[in-house]
Amino acid sequence: MTVTQVEQPVLSKQQALWMYEKMVTIRKFEDAVHALFAKGKLPGFVHLYAGEEAIATGVCAHLTDQDYITSTHRGHGHCIAKGCDLKGMMAEIYGKATGLCKGKGGSMHIADLEKGMLGANGIVGGGFALATGAALTAKLKNTGQVAVSFFGDGANNQGTFHEGINLASIWKLPVLFVVENNGYAEATPFSYASSCQNIVDRAHGYGIPGRQVDGKDVLAVYQVAQEALERARRGDGPSLIECITYRNYGHFEGDAQKYKTNDDRKLHLTEMDAIRRFTEVMDSRQLAKVEELAEVDARVDTEIEEAIQYAEVSDFPQAEELTTDVYVSY
Amino acid sequence: MGRQISFSEAINEGLSMAMERDKNVILMGEDVAGGAQVDHLQDDEAWGGVLGVTHGLVQTFGRSRVLDTPISEAGYVGAAVAAAATGMRPVAELMFNDFIGSCLDQLMNQAAKLRYMFGGKAEVPLTVRTMHGAGFRAAAQHSQSLYALFTHIPGLKVVVPSTPADAKGLLLTAIFDNDPVIFFEDKTLYNTKGEVPDDFYTIPLGKAEVKRIGRDVTVVAIGKQIQTALRAAENLAVQGVEVEVVDPRSLSPLDEMTILASVGKTHRLVVVDEAPPRCSVATDISAMVADLGFDTLDAPIKLVTGPHAPVPFSPPLEDLYLPTPDKVVQAVSQLLGHPFVVVP
Repeated sequence: MTVTQVEQPVLSKQQALWMYEKMVTIRKFEDAVHALFAKGKLPGFVHLYAGEEAIATGVCAHLTDQDYITSTHRGHGHCIAKGCDLKGMMAEIYGKATGLCKGKGGSMHIADLEKGMLGANGIVGGGFALATGAALTAKLKNTGQVAVSFFGDGANNQGTFHEGINLASIWKLPVLFVVENNGYAEATPFSYASSCQNIVDRAHGYGIPGRQVDGKDVLAVYQVAQEALERARRGDGPSLIECITYRNYGHFEGDAQKYKTNDDRKLHLTEMDAIRRFTEVMDSRQLAKVEELAEVDARVDTEIEEAIQYAEVSDFPQAEELTTDVYVSY
Repeated sequence: MGRQISFSEAINEGLSMAMERDKNVILMGEDVAGGAQVDHLQDDEAWGGVLGVTHGLVQTFGRSRVLDTPISEAGYVGAAVAAAATGMRPVAELMFNDFIGSCLDQLMNQAAKLRYMFGGKAEVPLTVRTMHGAGFRAAAQHSQSLYALFTHIPGLKVVVPSTPADAKGLLLTAIFDNDPVIFFEDKTLYNTKGEVPDDFYTIPLGKAEVKRIGRDVTVVAIGKQIQTALRAAENLAVQGVEVEVVDPRSLSPLDEMTILASVGKTHRLVVVDEAPPRCSVATDISAMVADLGFDTLDAPIKLVTGPHAPVPFSPPLEDLYLPTPDKVVQAVSQLLGHPFVVVP
C-alpha cells in the first residue's frame, strides 16, 4: 500500500464532534441492522458499511444538502453521513410505508433527494454516470454544487467506470470519484480482480488528479476530499480518491467470510479501527472530553433505538402502492 | 420414489456431468468458485456462487475450468461468446438476470447474430445461466424475470425450468447445444426438492410437458408459476374442474403444437407469467393461440401476470405483485362463468 501522507487538517471542536457522531452513528446503526437481521426481523438481504465510516464521514463533511452523492449496495453509511433521517432509513429497511422510499426500495435503494442523496444502487458501477450527470446539471445551471460518486473496488472493473470518468473529465465537471477499496469484490480479492496495483493509478489515464489515502483515517480523507472538492467547485474538473479500508462484516449478512484472515479481522477491529483512532486524535489534541464522547454515544444509542421502534410500529404500504410511482403521469 | 434432490443440487450435478464429459466446458462468473488466489482458503470453503449453486465444482475441476471473474459482465460474457465461437463450450453465469443491463450488447448483437451475419459459418455453443424471479425480497434490481427480452431476439434460445429434474436435463441440453442458450433459474426454487435421475440425460428444447392432464381449461405457466398453476388446479379439481397444466420449459424454441393441442381439447386458455404484462411471454403465447387456434377457443384468453410496475421491496407489496393460486382460480372462474374459490 502506497498511501499518500496527508497533512493533518486543523479541526474545530464542533467539526470534530460532528465527525465523531457521524462515525459512531454509522457503526451503531450497522451493528443494530446486523443484530436485527440475525433475529430474522429484516426482509431480503443487507450489506453493511461498518469499518468504512471514515470515508463517508470525511467526504460528506464538506458537502451541503444541495450537493449530490451517488452510493452503492453498501449504502447505509453514505445515507447517514449525508444526513438522511435514521427513522426513515430503518423503516425503509423494514419495508414500511414510513420509509424514505415508502418501503418500495429497501436497503439497496435508499434515497433522499432533499438531502442530495441520489440513491444506494443495486447495480455495481451504476453510480459513475449518475454522479457525472448530476454534476452536468450543476455546471450547466452554474449552481456551485458538486457531486460525489462513492463506489467499491469491485466497481472499478466495470465499463461504466471508464465511461463515466472519461466523460466527467472531458467536460470538466464538478464531480469527485471516491473508491472505497476494502480489498474484496464480494468474495474475490482486489489483487486478483484488478490489473492495476492501485486504483488511483487509473486517474492518470483520464487526465485527472488521483490521491490514495488511508481510508480509516477520517482526517486524511477529510483533507484530501477538501482539496478535490475545492478543485471541482473552481471548475477545474473531477478527481479520483482511493481510500484503503476494510469491511468489518461480510459482503452480505450470512457471508462466512472464510476468504479473510483472522489477523486482518483482528487488526481492523482493534488498532486500525477508524473510530478508535479518531478518538485518540481527539484526546491528544484535547478536542473533546471523555464525558462529551460518552454523551454522544448515549444520544446515538437512543436515536437508533427510536428508529427501530419507529420501524417496528409503522404500517406496511397499502395495496394500491403497488402500481403508484411508476410514472409521473400515464 | 426415486432420489430427491434440490433444484440447486440438480443444476450443480448437471454442470458437473457436463464438465466431466467434455473438457471444453468451463464455468465463468463472479465468485463461481470464490476467493480466487486467497492462499489460506480451502476450496470447500469457497462460496461456489453467491447462493452456493456451483459449490464444490472447483474442487473437482480446478480453477482453470471454474473461472472467477471481476465484476465486469460485458467483459466476461463477451469473452465467453468468442471463447464459444473458437472452440470452448463456456457456461457463463450472469448472477442476476437484471445485470443484463451491463452486458446486453454481448448477447444481443454478438452472440445472437454471429452465425447469421457470417452466413452460417460460426457456431456459438454458449450457455448463460442467470437467476430471475420475485419473492426473494430482493427489490427492483434483483427480482425481474426478463426472459421475454431474450425470447424476442432471434439467434438466442431461452430455457426456464420449473422442477429439479427439468433443470438438470434442460441444462445438459443447453450446454451441448451449439447455439447460445440463456438458462433461467428462479432463485426461490433453489431449495425445492424433486425426483431427479442420477444418470446423464437430456430434455430437448422446444418440447413442452403437460404437468397435469385436464379437460376443462388449459393453463400455460412459466417457470415457478407452474407450482402456482398446479395448486390452483388441485383446488379446482375438488370443485369439479379439470385443469390441464402445460409447462413450455423452453420459450425459444416454443412448443406451439403441445399448447395448441391442449387448447384444442379444453377450448379455454389461461397464461400465468410473473413478468409484467406488456410485450411478454404471456402475450406472445396468447397471440400465437389467437392466431393459430382461434377457432378452438370457446372463451377469451385470460392472463395472470405481474402488474406493469417494477418489483417492490416491501414484502406485502411483493406478495401482491406475484401471481397466486387465487388469481388463477379467479381467471378460470371468469372463463367458466362460475365463481370457484380457493379452498385453504
